[in-house]
Amino acid sequence: MSAQRRIGEPILVVEDVSLSFGGVRALANVSFDVREHEIRAIIGPNGAGKSSMLNVINGVYHPQTGTVTYRGVKRHRVHPHEAARQGIARTFQNIALFKGMTVLDNIMTGRNLKTRTSFLEQAIWIGRARREELEQRRKVEEVIDFLEIQHVRKTPVGRLPYGLQKRVELARALAAEPDLLLLDEPMAGMNIEEKQDMCRFVLSVNEEYGTTIVLIEHDMGVVMDLSDRVVVLDYGKLLADGTPDAVRANQAVIDAYLGVKH
Amino acid sequence: MADGALDTFPRLLMHHAAVRPGRPAIREKDLGIWQTWTWAEVAEEVRAIAHGLAAAGFKRGDHLAIIGANRPQLYFAITAAQALGGIPVPLYEDAVAAEMVFVFQNAEIRFVIVEDQEQVDKVLEILPQAPLLEHIYYDDPRGLRDYAQSQLASLERLKEIGREFGKAHPGFLDAEIAKGAATDTAAMHYTSGTTGYPKGVVLTHRNLIETGRGAAEMEGLGEKEEVLAYLPIAWIGQNIFSYTQWLACGFCVNCPESGETVTTDMREIGPTYYFAPPRVLEALLTQVTIRMEDAGWLKRKMFQYFMGVARRVGGRILDGKPVPLGDRILYALGDLLVYGPLRNALGMSRVRVAYTAGEAIGPDLFSFYRSLGINLKQLYGSTETSVFVCIQPNGQIKPDTVGPPAPGVELKITEEGEIVVRSPGLFREYYKNPEATAEAKTNDGWFHTGDAGYFDPDGHLKIIDRAKDVGRLADGTLFAPKYLENKLKFFPFIKEAVAFGHQRDKVCAFINIDMEAVGNWAERRGLPYSGYQDLAAKPETYELVRECVEKVNADLAADPKLANSQIHRFVILHKELDADDEELTRTRKVRRRFIGEKYKVLVDALYGGKRDCFIETPVRFEDGRAGTVSGNLRIEDAKTFPAVGQRAA
Repeated sequence: MSAQRRIGEPILVVEDVSLSFGGVRALANVSFDVREHEIRAIIGPNGAGKSSMLNVINGVYHPQTGTVTYRGVKRHRVHPHEAARQGIARTFQNIALFKGMTVLDNIMTGRNLKTRTSFLEQAIWIGRARREELEQRRKVEEVIDFLEIQHVRKTPVGRLPYGLQKRVELARALAAEPDLLLLDEPMAGMNIEEKQDMCRFVLSVNEEYGTTIVLIEHDMGVVMDLSDRVVVLDYGKLLADGTPDAVRANQAVIDAYLGVKH
Repeated sequence: MADGALDTFPRLLMHHAAVRPGRPAIREKDLGIWQTWTWAEVAEEVRAIAHGLAAAGFKRGDHLAIIGANRPQLYFAITAAQALGGIPVPLYEDAVAAEMVFVFQNAEIRFVIVEDQEQVDKVLEILPQAPLLEHIYYDDPRGLRDYAQSQLASLERLKEIGREFGKAHPGFLDAEIAKGAATDTAAMHYTSGTTGYPKGVVLTHRNLIETGRGAAEMEGLGEKEEVLAYLPIAWIGQNIFSYTQWLACGFCVNCPESGETVTTDMREIGPTYYFAPPRVLEALLTQVTIRMEDAGWLKRKMFQYFMGVARRVGGRILDGKPVPLGDRILYALGDLLVYGPLRNALGMSRVRVAYTAGEAIGPDLFSFYRSLGINLKQLYGSTETSVFVCIQPNGQIKPDTVGPPAPGVELKITEEGEIVVRSPGLFREYYKNPEATAEAKTNDGWFHTGDAGYFDPDGHLKIIDRAKDVGRLADGTLFAPKYLENKLKFFPFIKEAVAFGHQRDKVCAFINIDMEAVGNWAERRGLPYSGYQDLAAKPETYELVRECVEKVNADLAADPKLANSQIHRFVILHKELDADDEELTRTRKVRRRFIGEKYKVLVDALYGGKRDCFIETPVRFEDGRAGTVSGNLRIEDAKTFPAVGQRAA
């Protein structure tokens, strides 16, 4: 990890959050924080509440109790589009791209919130709208260059292999120039080479743009290498919170997640 | 010419900047848009880099290592080094760090200019073994912000310093350029070499410029040409086509966006002057074949019919030979419906002159492109000869020869059948290697190419194989392994082949299937497979490959000289031959002897009459980790045919 990347004050604070679906408690009194510029991993067995936690952060779910504070502002029933406007972008566990659209167009959708001109202006494509689109396109091209997907720029997403689709999804999230990036299993289903590429990209995003990253991942090697701090969830409860080494040494984590020696 | 002799590269550049300042000199696709530098702008960039290097202590005779893909800045760096009387040494960008160590030590590299972080990492890795290295400059700063090494600086920074230096020392660079002589070393390219350490081939300005000019005059190349620079800059061909002739003719060189976008970028640029080694042409043809098999019934029929017409008369029409009117009309219709669109899809609509070289090209592959109306020609040459030794003149094209000697080139065949050359482009020496120089070059200036060949009745050179590779079967008949391998490799399903037979009673072969072509074929047949190894071991794949081998055998039977070289047995390898495992050279030539030793068990099994053989092979993955692949390989027999004109044995 680079020495100069300065990890700052907490940008996001989750306090005592509980979330239930009927009788199922997805999250129970979970508290942790995410500091500016850090890479924060959330790990845990299947059904531990990891994706629910991300969904709480970007406003898809609203916790029954507890608070989420983002940039010092306590949020009350935030909706996903509001979260996006506040600079939170995400990718999904099962890819959620427009399959029939090209890579370029998909990433362009990530610029939606940065567009100032009106629908009408864009329809007739006069001066301001035109200048703006060129500017948007340049930003998108920078992301394309950054993630090395120039060769599929004009390819419909549905025709791309899985690993590349994941990369396009990351590209779309990056196009929104987020402050906080939520990645839901960015490396799931990838082979070793694709995983290495993805790790490299996640690290460069963090280093180059200073983006704060919260990621869910199952591959322990990836988690331990990438993240600054790790949150461990189990059955909706917070089991441990600390540096990768501390978490690895934590007996409760070893028992619950990494397996108990019999 | 008014401004003195244009006999060094820096003088040529300054000439273009004065004569055609506003014309495009080089383009690069960046962020999806083609960016252009005019000749005047190129000269400014080169001045800035040269001044910067001079400020950092770069002296006459110093070597400047250059590592990266085709990027305009790296080209500028080459000229900048030459302007200061230095010697650019381009290295293969995919070379692993260990391979670079030798060059850095051998050429006493103090300065290196690289493309990006990947190359910086490699150079830093070998830093302890290259104690002379003082300065590392990089073009693309991404990911390098936090690197603290004192040797590192960005090329941008170097140019800033250079501009300051230029202001403080007006006239400095012009004086340096004026000091240069045509007999100075202009470039050093390391030959990949199939054995031993690489050798630094020392080429002078005169070597390169005279050779490049001669060929350009023969082909009528001018400032209007468009060229796509997509092959490794460490390779001499890239130097000739995208650097030497660029400066000799003043045309425009285009750098693709990335290695994966070459096909698209080529379509956008529409080069007029094009070079492709046979493997690139092969890969393109494979793609065409696959896409046509996936096309609808009507398109497929149309393609097949008109390709038949093209095979019959296309080459003759291109050569300006008499063709019946009916066929001409059919060909014109085919041009409208098939050849034109296909040329366009290949990005070859505007190609006036296209060359192929590097290794022998299969006659069928060669004729395919010519029949489409693409003026593809063969040439023959090597690093030591500044490429051009033989060029096929327009209208005198034969698929199995490389044409008569190029302008200014003298050629002889020795008694042993080896080709020797004397030409203005002949290298001065191998760097710090007088023994190798003496071995390759006689005192009166003849260079031993190491290739075996002979002249046909029209005075065109025909190359059979490497002189040392041409062998004899046990019964004394000629065995030219490369010739057999090329015949096999023309089938889209076969990617690599290695033939054995020297001092044996029969010929056997290793086969590498083409993952893309065979994978596609398997998918269309609903044949499931998990990866290369699984697919290669399928009985259906063996059946497919056997058909190819038997077609080759039938062909060989028709040639009395080669009838005994028919392939009796073959095995499909469980892994792809790879340069990282040292099985191929960096230019993807098979290292037959090395492979024969590495897979000795398999060779023994082939000749021992076994039906299968277990083998475990170490491999190196792209990230540098080592592992093994193993498997039980089937060995199959192929049908052979009685030689034409002989009774069946």
